[in-house]
Amino acid sequence: MQLVFILEQVLNGVLVGAYYLLIALGLSLIFALGGIVNLAHGGFYAIGAYLAVVLSPHIGFAGAFVVSPVVVGLIGIAVERLLFRRFYRSDPILSLLLTFGLAMVIEQGLRIVFGAAPLPFSIPPDLRGQIFVGDFIYPRYRVFILAVAVAAVAATWFIVYRTAFGRVVRAGVQNPDVVGALGISLAPYMTAIAALGVGLAGLAGVLLAPIAGVHPAMGAEILTAAFVVVVIGGLGSFWGVIAAATLVGVVRGVTIYFNPSWGEASMYLLMALVLLLRPRGLLGERILKFE
Amino acid sequence: MTKLSRRVLVKGAAGSALLAGVGMPAIVRAQADAIRIGHLTPLTGFLGPLGEYAVMGVKLAAEEINNSGGVMGRKIELVMEDSVNPQTASAKAERLIERDKVAMIIGEISSASGLAIGQVANRLKTVFINTGCNSDALRGTSCNPYMFHIEGANSMYVMAVGQYLLRENMVKGKKWYSLTADYAFGHDLLRVAKKFMETNGGQFAADELVPTEATDFSPYLLKIRQARPDLVVSNLAGNQITNFLKQYSEYGLSFPVAGFGFDTVVAWGAGKGNFSGIWPLVWHHLVDTPSSKKYVDAFQKKYGKLPENQSWGDYNSLKIVAQSMNEMKSADPQKLAEHLRKGAKFDVMKAREAYFRPYDNQMMMEMYAVRAKEPAKMKDQWDIYDALGAVPGPGEDLEIIAPPKDGTCKIG
Repeated sequence: MQLVFILEQVLNGVLVGAYYLLIALGLSLIFALGGIVNLAHGGFYAIGAYLAVVLSPHIGFAGAFVVSPVVVGLIGIAVERLLFRRFYRSDPILSLLLTFGLAMVIEQGLRIVFGAAPLPFSIPPDLRGQIFVGDFIYPRYRVFILAVAVAAVAATWFIVYRTAFGRVVRAGVQNPDVVGALGISLAPYMTAIAALGVGLAGLAGVLLAPIAGVHPAMGAEILTAAFVVVVIGGLGSFWGVIAAATLVGVVRGVTIYFNPSWGEASMYLLMALVLLLRPRGLLGERILKFE
Repeated sequence: MTKLSRRVLVKGAAGSALLAGVGMPAIVRAQADAIRIGHLTPLTGFLGPLGEYAVMGVKLAAEEINNSGGVMGRKIELVMEDSVNPQTASAKAERLIERDKVAMIIGEISSASGLAIGQVANRLKTVFINTGCNSDALRGTSCNPYMFHIEGANSMYVMAVGQYLLRENMVKGKKWYSLTADYAFGHDLLRVAKKFMETNGGQFAADELVPTEATDFSPYLLKIRQARPDLVVSNLAGNQITNFLKQYSEYGLSFPVAGFGFDTVVAWGAGKGNFSGIWPLVWHHLVDTPSSKKYVDAFQKKYGKLPENQSWGDYNSLKIVAQSMNEMKSADPQKLAEHLRKGAKFDVMKAREAYFRPYDNQMMMEMYAVRAKEPAKMKDQWDIYDALGAVPGPGEDLEIIAPPKDGTCKIG
């Protein structure tokens, strides 16, 4: 009987993994391809959630689901053009400081505009309810999140690994000088990557707004978990992030089954363990620039 | 080429953790001969939403006091700070008293930070009125003569909801599943709730600790579903309650819910169809007394929204301090402490006047319970619960719900 319950936690952990994956994917992308450790990622996630709350009464959840990530992506373009661009080749500590400041500006900005109290927001009626498989329970909304996460991963993979655009970006990561010598300007590519990565944070915000409190610190709340997933997955590794998100979801679920108060600590222990055994993370590649 | 090692990423993770702990700057405006009052409460982090209401409450009180002649003809000047965490709270309390020369301190919500501020207040012999920390321990082993509690103690919250749980036969022979915030407040509340449950013949299906940084409750919800309890009990705090309510509704669990700690703002923030159960409050906007109605009107006029329990505490604390100083004709901290401990009575918007009992400086007053409305019956996003009534009832001694005088507090 207990085994069944553990299995239920494992399967639920996969669903929760989708939640972590959505948060971590954009973060990983901007770090792997741009070399920016984006501490403002949680801020963009929060903006996505607030946009969902503000836009939904006018254009519905479906409308907000499309529009919010696009708007957040556009903010990403502005931030890349004005800020990130200056830091690709400078000491990484500078971009860390920059995005740390940006995260605070976003959080306080949201607090000034919307107040510190959480804004009410619920799952749209069409996506409410649960699916029962045998005795197992799956909220329809979480299955929806999983589907969107899979689609987002597939689209990102296609763009980065199967298009001419992606080839230039990946070449740029390995050797920007040679790419430049070939007469290709990397700038517009990096802008597009930032838009994609930040837009993914916005997407995560919209998707989680119905099941997590929408308040100014919501970004800071999830950011550490997102970093843990990226670190466990391994630098520059696309599949690593997916594996890590799933692993974190499952390990956390099973830990909570046995010892709830260790639930959040379990992901840090997992990170420590992975880094001890594989300092580059689960599937981390050796990238010249990052060594 | 700049070296960007994977260590930078790990540092990034550490930096992201730091983000949660950055405080707000001090607001200090110099003003000659004003009476300075320190206000110290968390404005960021998982208690931030409550802190915002605390600030609104205390500012409204200061405005009303100053508009009606101030204290002994002098204006009240608030020196406000974000308390962030126990270490910062302690350092800021010290700075408020020693550098900013405040007459006393009002505020705090986290029981862990409240303890730290209370220790500083005791050492520097300055009154601290706690407006949001519920732990019984602050009224017991950690009590001191300078720390006063307008906020209800955990025992009082448990008794308030407990009366209604007893009435609805949710205790005797029933199995409870409790989720508890894993810090000082939660541990203390769990202890008090457990005592109440066992005294009245209930038992735990399970009692589980939830880290305050947890945002996903799904593994807990699956366990609740397996355990099939008669009642799900929340000993959670702040934003945790919002997340819990949203996901409890998402997973479609139908076990009755009750909570032993609650703030209206976190339920307002949960959204339509997500709020259920019976919950305790130190005050709510439906309390039907003349001063309560006057306060609700004034608050709505100033801020365009309803007040909630946290703004009640900080508003009334400052009113109590101003009233006391006017009566004593002195802003002396020693005298203020003595005055409050001597059983002075105060109108705190409830049917009966309240007073601090000298045993542990806890305010003796009525507590309330509320029940979530059916979503279909809610008129708007603010209309989420019905009042169940006051505990103790009319004619009962106010002290019957207070923490037991077990001798752990040694100030009397």
